[in-house]
Order: sequence, then structure tokens, then C-alpha cells
Amino acid sequence: MFWAIEVGQVVQANTVDERTNLLVEEYSTSGRLDNITQVMSLHAQYLESFLRSQFYMLRMDGPLPLPYRHYIAIMAAARHQCSYLINMHVDEFLKTGGIAEWLNGLEYVPQRLKNLNEINKLLAHRPWLITKDHIQKLVKTGENNWSLPELVHAVVLLAHYHALASFVFGSGINPERDPDTSNGFRLISINNFCVCDLANDNNIENASLSSNFGIVDSLSELEALMERMKRLQEDREDEEASQEEMTTRFEKEKKESLFVVSRAFDDDIISTSDVSRYIEDPGFGYKDFARRGEEHLPTFRAQDYTWENHGFSLVNRLYSDIGHLLDEKFRMVYNLTYNTMATHEDVDTTMLRRALFNYVHCMFGIRYDDYDYGEVNQLLERSLKVYIKTVTCYPERTTKRMYDSYWRQFKHSEKVHVNLLLMEARMQAELLYALRAITRHLT
Amino acid sequence: MEKMARVTTALGGNTLTGRTMYCHLDAPANAISVCRDAAQVVVAGRNIFKIYAIEEEQFVEKLNLRVGRKPSLNFSCADVVWHQMDENLLATAATNGVVVTWNLGKPSRNKQDQLFTEHKRTVNKVCFHPTEAYMLLSGSQDGYMKCFDLRKKDSVSTFSGQSESVRDVQFSIRDYFTFAATFENGNVQLWDIRRPDRYERMFTAHNGPVFCCDWHPEDRGWLATGGRDKMVKVWDMNTNRAKEIYCVQSIASVARVKWRPECKHHLATCSMMVDHNIYVWDVRRPYIPSAMFEEHRDVTTGIVWRHLHDPYFLLSGSKDSTLYQHIFKDASQPIERANPEGLCYGLFGDLAFAAKESLVTSDSNRKPYPGDRRHPIFFKRKLDPTEQFESVSSSALSVFETEPDSSSMGWFVDTARRYALAGRSLAELCDHNAKVAKELSRNQVAQTWTMLRIIYCSPGTVPSANLNHSIGKGSASLPLMNSFNLKDMASGMGSEARLDRSKGENRSENILLDSSTTLITNDENEETEGSDVPADYLLGDVEGDEDELYLMDHENAHTEEPEYVLPQEAFPLRHEIVDNPSGPDHLQDKADSPHVSGNEAETVSLTPVESFSLISISHTLSESRLPPDFFSTLVRDMLRFYAEQGDVQMAVSVLIVLGERIRKEIDEQTQEHWYTSYIDLLQRFRLWNISNQVIKLSTCRAITCLNQASTTLHVNCSNCKRPMSNKGWICDRCRQCASTCAVCHHVVKGLFVWCQGCSHGGHLQHILKWLESSTHCPAGCGHLCEYT
Repeated sequence: MFWAIEVGQVVQANTVDERTNLLVEEYSTSGRLDNITQVMSLHAQYLESFLRSQFYMLRMDGPLPLPYRHYIAIMAAARHQCSYLINMHVDEFLKTGGIAEWLNGLEYVPQRLKNLNEINKLLAHRPWLITKDHIQKLVKTGENNWSLPELVHAVVLLAHYHALASFVFGSGINPERDPDTSNGFRLISINNFCVCDLANDNNIENASLSSNFGIVDSLSELEALMERMKRLQEDREDEEASQEEMTTRFEKEKKESLFVVSRAFDDDIISTSDVSRYIEDPGFGYKDFARRGEEHLPTFRAQDYTWENHGFSLVNRLYSDIGHLLDEKFRMVYNLTYNTMATHEDVDTTMLRRALFNYVHCMFGIRYDDYDYGEVNQLLERSLKVYIKTVTCYPERTTKRMYDSYWRQFKHSEKVHVNLLLMEARMQAELLYALRAITRHLT
Repeated sequence: MEKMARVTTALGGNTLTGRTMYCHLDAPANAISVCRDAAQVVVAGRNIFKIYAIEEEQFVEKLNLRVGRKPSLNFSCADVVWHQMDENLLATAATNGVVVTWNLGKPSRNKQDQLFTEHKRTVNKVCFHPTEAYMLLSGSQDGYMKCFDLRKKDSVSTFSGQSESVRDVQFSIRDYFTFAATFENGNVQLWDIRRPDRYERMFTAHNGPVFCCDWHPEDRGWLATGGRDKMVKVWDMNTNRAKEIYCVQSIASVARVKWRPECKHHLATCSMMVDHNIYVWDVRRPYIPSAMFEEHRDVTTGIVWRHLHDPYFLLSGSKDSTLYQHIFKDASQPIERANPEGLCYGLFGDLAFAAKESLVTSDSNRKPYPGDRRHPIFFKRKLDPTEQFESVSSSALSVFETEPDSSSMGWFVDTARRYALAGRSLAELCDHNAKVAKELSRNQVAQTWTMLRIIYCSPGTVPSANLNHSIGKGSASLPLMNSFNLKDMASGMGSEARLDRSKGENRSENILLDSSTTLITNDENEETEGSDVPADYLLGDVEGDEDELYLMDHENAHTEEPEYVLPQEAFPLRHEIVDNPSGPDHLQDKADSPHVSGNEAETVSLTPVESFSLISISHTLSESRLPPDFFSTLVRDMLRFYAEQGDVQMAVSVLIVLGERIRKEIDEQTQEHWYTSYIDLLQRFRLWNISNQVIKLSTCRAITCLNQASTTLHVNCSNCKRPMSNKGWICDRCRQCASTCAVCHHVVKGLFVWCQGCSHGGHLQHILKWLESSTHCPAGCGHLCEYT
């Protein structure tokens, strides 16, 4: 189920020095170097803004008390049965003075926290269902009400940890084996492998193995992708899709995402008691946006509620400065590029990145007027789509096979880059829905 | 709405008339624009694209441009603009990146004229050249600006901002070739339309996206920009570098900005989020809008002045699906509701108060305070002829100084320094603090400490030393009674009050006797503060052996009781207070006086409640010793009382010393309030260490957090002057030990002192020594270092 990623791979753009500094800094501020940090350190620039925003929402001044924050993180991670994150925050929760009894499950926490459960559930699986009524229910005055700043803080945390769970599963991150030995320095400098997975010995060399397997295949795959990108770039002007066609394309992409995950997962509904006690209604999962059937949900028009114009202002108003940090992080991940694709250099990957980002949003029903969803179809092969859909919608079902089966020629760092994009796109999508509901509540 | 004004303005020939009115649109609007003749307005949005005629009483729908059965994204407009030269010509920016022009002169139902599909992303803004009929400019999310000649099928030139998305483009009104573009990353660029290769100028205007800009209609060099950082800035572009000349701080991100016609310093803004109002600002008065339109129920998305030369009519479209015409006369003026008064404390307890002159003068005429040492200073504001706010023409500033004698807050500093708050047993802490208070002649405080000790520590542990120590505290119990009457005195010293007071005194006597701990004769009364009321009248007769008294011999106490009720002595004494001409007034004044009351005479007192409870002690004590919990309400009231009197120091100190014993009695918020006040005071007196100690000892979460904020210290390397990113002593840039002592050249580990001017420094001792003999920096950099 888990696999390792070689951290020691050639690290592009950023010097090893820079990365080490960052890791040292993180180690000295948080007293640990978790595997997430190590895997992300493949992209040092991004890691910096990730850590900064995470540090801010967990440890800096904010509307919520510290133990609350960690408990919310636990609740969020529990939606995806991400025991790695849960364990991490159980520790933190206790360290910050949380009441141990709460860890027995939702029945033991104050009603106020319990009330957050509904929004946690929706946000994690079907954010488009969040309405201002949900917000109103939480903030209406009463004994257990949430203030708006508290709610925004909670929502940011929830979205962050849902998305992070995607990343954790997507990158196959395992718990550090022993907290005592996970001395960051030793790990990086000596074994050059992320501890992610020395426990599962069968998969360290997998990447090379699988690429040997179908090396011809994957090579031509890569070439074909490059070719398509080139063609798309050139053809833009010529081919002018009609409006209806554009709409159809979006709908098609949406519908297609339905069938992307064809395997029936119903058998493996995990109800490991230690995780599910933090959630209610564990059976509630992602339901395809396109398959809404009877209840007609309007598409979320990205231009009508953008992060830059609307989300930022609201978030920053209610929970100061987090807006700037998230803004920087989104911007960073969207613009991050080394202009390489597998073995090729000097490639403009803008299109590919945008396709990934918009595809995730598409699955959450967010549509960009100015995007031709035909591109998604051209650029993202089926195995990649399967992977994307699994990672963003049911991260707990991600398998190593899925991870390996797409883009076989690409480096791990590039696949981690993909994971970062997916994670941030998901977080943004959740935030947009939640913040829109809050805005509607305010007006 | 009946009262709404009807305004008629004559504008060279055609006349504008109208009232505040609105009409419902079918869908939220994204932008609006007016026709040159000010008679029509076009509204565009995702699902709406209509032209309305502005009539005197209402808006009348004239034309729906959204035709065709299938809704096309080309109709989904992010922006719309009406040509100011040709009233048949319109342009829209579509969310899918298309720029469309519309010709109203077309005979067919579909007025769509040309379609430019060159932008890859949403087009945020379109703008016609103010004088050139065929020139159209667009700015898009993809970071490009394109200039179109409407006679051609394609764009004539493309400008690449080389930064992020373009949010707004505006042709300069006077400079034929110039246009300004604003960007999502906070930059503003100026371009010459003839030179698409490179911008003429660029500067960073805002932190975060610049959503809008507007050239001043008259003053050619002025450009107003509005950003997500909630600011509106006015730039003077005439100079070599764009100079910020005005800055207005709004309360929400600024989505649109429009100069008000014919008013040089006015501009209108609206916001994209949260705030639904439209503000008209006078840029010279950046803190309060000069007018405000509050009609919209959702965010305002488009504003436009109805006519180029008319400052009274403003049109606006909103997400709430309404189109409004606002009349300036109906605007609300926040200035009228504002409270133009200011209040500020000085470091030494002075208080400055500024208000309208009329308010202050009338007030002081009515009630001259004789004992008050304030010096009113009046400022006459020079009237600016162009200034429109006559309402506040002059204001007065009054400064209340603290009295010279009380201004010395020495006792406060001393107390803060010498109090022990932790680290010893409760009894020791109380004793210590009582002693400190005593030495500073704050007898009541000392008394309180002693009482606390008795309440919370078992009697057996009272050392005999304490006994002697508590001698003399008896005096403090007198102001106690005084204060009991403080309120009555203030309310006018009725005979009833006297009666009450005498009761109070009697009670107090009982306390003193019964609890028998504080009942000690005292001859030092005259020297102690608060002794303006001689104390001995109460206990003057007590010749009793101290030890005996202290033995808690209740029987004895009870038997003695009648003897000590000495009404005859008490009355004259009380009378003395009353007769004191400055007495009540003085006290009253003080209660109002702004300075932190450090004067024992005012502050030392106890609440009546306390005396009550003390009585009950006396009753119950005879039976058995009470658990400390019994007193907690009493102690709570005592703390409240001190805090109210301004002696927050006492309140906080007791709170810390008693810790859990009392904490639950007082709600978090009050505690937090006390802590912050005390910490604030400590910091005013630069008692950093003590304030830190208090923060550390506090159990209030909000307070302990204070010490956890901004704990980072950034250090620059003293060699290369660049930030030290690494931990340790070696700068990773210049590979040298950074924090070497300039005197002994060894690495400093521990206390490092450095000059903020030249960044050289070293061991504290070394530097001190060096600077005794020399004024120059020991590193030889020539800087005149100073150690203070």
C-alpha cells in the first residue's frame, strides 16, 4: 500500500544548501521533521510557504485555542482515515494541553466542536452542498455558537487537513517509525531516502523497475504528450470552439470523471474504530458532482467568486494575515515550474499545470469560463485521471499501482509536484465553497 | 423616499433632473456604463446585458442585447464600456476571454458587431480611447493588454505586462498616447500606445492586487488607484517618480474608483466584498467619507457618474440585482454622526482631550473646577477656502496634568519592584508584601495582605514576628471606614449617611476587636497616610497586651466589645471630615481625575461588603475555623474594589499570589482586563522584567500568549551586514564568526551588546569598559557609539 520516494534524487533549481537550511529551520522550530516535510522539501520554495501557513494556523495567534486547532485537524484527517496525520495531531493535541478524554471520540468533546462535524463532512466530500444555512446554524447565537473568525479559522484548518490527507496518501507517506530516532539530520544526510518506507522493503526501487518494464511505451507516451501540448499551443487560434461546444466539453469532462474510478470500492469501507470515532456518518463520501440527478446544483462559476477577489478579502478580514499566507501558497504552487518534463528541458508546463488544477476544480463542480476543457482530455491520460480523482476524492484508496501507472518517465519530484498541485487545488476548491457560503450568510 | 430631493442641474444646454431611484434587474450586474448624453445606462453581468433609459422618475428598459436562444459565454460580461464619442458603440469584456463590440445602429435584433478572441483568459477590463473613435484597449487575466482598431479584424498591438494578470486599463484623458494598467501583483504600469515593446514606467502601488485606477478628469498628472489592501491612493505622475500624494483608507477592498466630476479632490469608491456601500471621499480627509450611499443590499459592482460634468448624480449596479441612481443630496454624511473627540494618556498620567470648541467651552463655563490643574489650550483651525467641512471649524485641546505630588508614581514602581509574587509559601509572600506596603506607608494595602495571610494560612503558622509587624496596621483600618462612606459623601452627605456611617464604624470596631488580629494600638497614626482621620479614637483605650489580643481570645474580645463602641469620640471626628471644605469635593474630583490614583487617601479603602463579612467572621470564628473558601467572595469583592479604585497592581498581585485559591471566583475576562492594565502600566514605567514576570505568572491564557508572540530575533551578520539565516555563530555568507567581541575578538556567547548604528559590539563588560575611555567604536569603524 505504501511506497517510498527517493528524496535524494536530483533536486532541480534549488540548491541542496537551501533545502537543508529550510529543513534545519523547520526542525528547530517544530522539534521534528516529519515525512511530509521531507517529501515536500523536493520543492523547497513551496515548502517554505507551506510551512509558514501551517505554522501560522496551528501555532500563531488565532481565534481558536491551540488544542482546538489540533482536534480539528484530527477530525479533518479522520474523514479520510489518515492515521498518519491523526497520530501526529493526537500528540500535538495532548502537548498543547488538550483534554485526553476528547480523544475517546466525538461523544466526549464539547457540543461546540461536535457541531463542526457536519461542515467537516460536507467539506471533505461534497463541498458544493454547503449553504449559508450550515453557516447560520453554527454562528447563530446560543450556548455553543461559533464566532465568524473562529469558524473561518476552523474552515481553513479543515480544508488544509483534507487536502494534506490527499497529499499524504498520494505520496504514500508512512508514519515515522520511531519518534526518538527520527532525528531529521541523520535521516537526510545518511540514508538519502525518506524514511517513508524502509518498513516496506518491496518498493524502494519500484520506479526504475516499472520504467524498465515498459520503457518504450512510456517514452512514446511522453513524446506524445509533448506533441499534444505543442499542438494545443499552436492551434489555439485556428480552432474556435463554439460556445455550446465549450459547455459540452466541461460537462463531458465532468461526466467522464464519473467513470474514471470504475473499480467498486464498496467492499472496503474502513471502519477502524480508532479513526472513525472522530467522525460521524463514516459512510458519507464523495459523490460525483455530475451525477447529482434529481437535485439540480448549479455549476460554481469560478469568475463569480474567485480566491483573489473574494475569498482572500473575506478570510483576511476574519482571520487576519492567513489570507496573505494562503495567497502566497496558492500563487507559489500555481506558478512553480522548473521548465522540465521528465528528460526534457525548457518546456513550458503552464498548460499542463493549469489542466491539473482545473481538472480538480472540475470534479468539485467549479468551472472556468475561460478554459477549454478539451485540453484536459488531451493532456491528462486516463491513468492520470484515475490517480487524480482517487487522490482528491478518495485519497484513502490510493495505491502504489495508481501512482506508478501514470507518467512513467517522470521523476518522483515531478510527481510530488503533481501532488502539490492537486492538494492546493483541492484546498482552494473547499475554501471557495465554504467562503462563498459565509459571504452569503453575511449579505 | 418622499423626502428625497429632486435635483436639477443645468449643463450647458441639456438639463439633468431626477431623484434617488432604482429598478430591479433580472440578474446581478457586473459593470455599468453611461452614454455620453447621460440619458441611458448599460448594465452588464453574467446573465444580463440591457440598456435602460434614465427618465425623471424611473429607469425604463430600452433594449435587451442578450438575444439568441442559446446563452453564449460571449454575453457573460465582466466589463462594459460605452464609447464617449459615438453613442452607438459599446464594448464588453467576456469572462471567457472574448472582447465584443456592439453597434446599436444595426437594424437587426442582434447588435453584436465584432468579436476578438485573442485573449486566453478572462478579460477584466475594456476601455475606449477618449477621443479616438476606433481605438479600444483590453486587459486580461492572461497578463496581456491588447489594443484594437475597430476597422480591423485583429488587434493592432499587444502589450505584455511581464507580471501577473491585468486588472484595469485606462487611457489617460489628456495624454493622447498614454494609458495606465494595473496588475494583480500590486504594480501599475504606464504605457505609450506607440511602443508595445516596453512600458514607460512601472511602480508598485499596493500590497496585493490593484483592482482599479482612474485618471483625474482635470488634473492631468493624477491617477487614483484602489487595491485589495483597502487603500485608495492618489499618485502624482508629473514628477519623475510617481509620488503618492493622498492615501485613503477604506474598510474593505476597493473594487472601483471614480473621480467625482467638477470636484477636484473627491472620488467615489465601492468594494468587492463585505461592504455594500458606496463612499465619496475627499482625499484630503482620508479617515472619514464625506458622503455615503447605503442603498445596496449586496456588493456594489459598478459605479459611474451620470454625466461628465455633473457631480450630483451617481449610478450604480450591484450583485443584489438592482440599478440605482443616487442623488448627492440624499447621501448620508458620516461626518455628522461622527464624534470628533479624542482622548489620550501621556506617559506620566497626563490626559489630553480634544473636542469641538463649543462643546468644551460651554462645559467648562458651567462647571469650573477649582482644584483641577488643567490647562486648556485652544487651537483655532485655519479655514481653507476650498474646504467644505465648515462644521468643525475649531477645536479645543485640554490637557489635564497630574498633580505634582501625586505625579510621582514612585510607590507604584517601588511596589512593583519589591513585591514577591511567587517562589515562596503563601504566608511568606503575604508577609513580605505586607512589609513592602508598610514600608511605603500604604497601610491599607499592608493590612489587606496580612488579612489574606490570615484567611488563607492556618493560624498556627503565624510567626510571632508577624505579630509585631502587624502593629501599626491598625491605622489602615481607619481609612477603611472612611472609604465606607466615600459614596455617601459623594452623594451629598445627608444625615442619613452619617447615621450609616456611624453604624459602619461600629461594625468596623467589632471586626477589629473580634478578629483580634489587627487590633493593635497604634501611635504612628499621624505619620501614616490616610491619617487625616486620626485613628486612635477607636483603639486609643486599648491598653491590652498584644499577645493577649492576638490569642484569638474571643471571649475576651466579646467582653471588651461594648467598651469600644465610642460614639462620642467618633462623632466629632467624623465631623471634622465633613467640615473640611475641600473634603468631599476633593474626593469627588479625584474620583474623576484621570491619573492613575496612587494617592492612598483616595484609594485606600475597603468595601462595605467586606466589613459585613468580617462581622460574620467574628460570629463564626468562635465556633470553628472557617475554610478559606468561605472568604473567597469577600476576597473577590476586595480585588474588584482595588481594581475599581485604580490600584490594579494590588488586584493583580493578589490574584497571582493566591492563584488557584481565588482564580475561579473571577471571570476570565476581568482577569485578563486587570492583567493587561497592569502590564500596560508596568511597561509605561519601563519595568520590563516585572511585566514579563507577571505575564509568566498569569494563568490567563490570553496573557501568557503575549510572551509567545514575536519571539523571533533577526540578526544580521556584523561583517557582511546580511541576515544570518543559519543558527550558530558562523555567518554562512562570509564564513566568519559573526558575533565576535570587538574588544577581545572572541566569539560572544551569552550577553551580547551591540551598537545599533554600526552593528559592532561584544561582551557587555568589555564594551562598557571601552566606552569609559573612548567614544569611538572599538572595531575602528569610526562610528561614535553610545551606550545608554
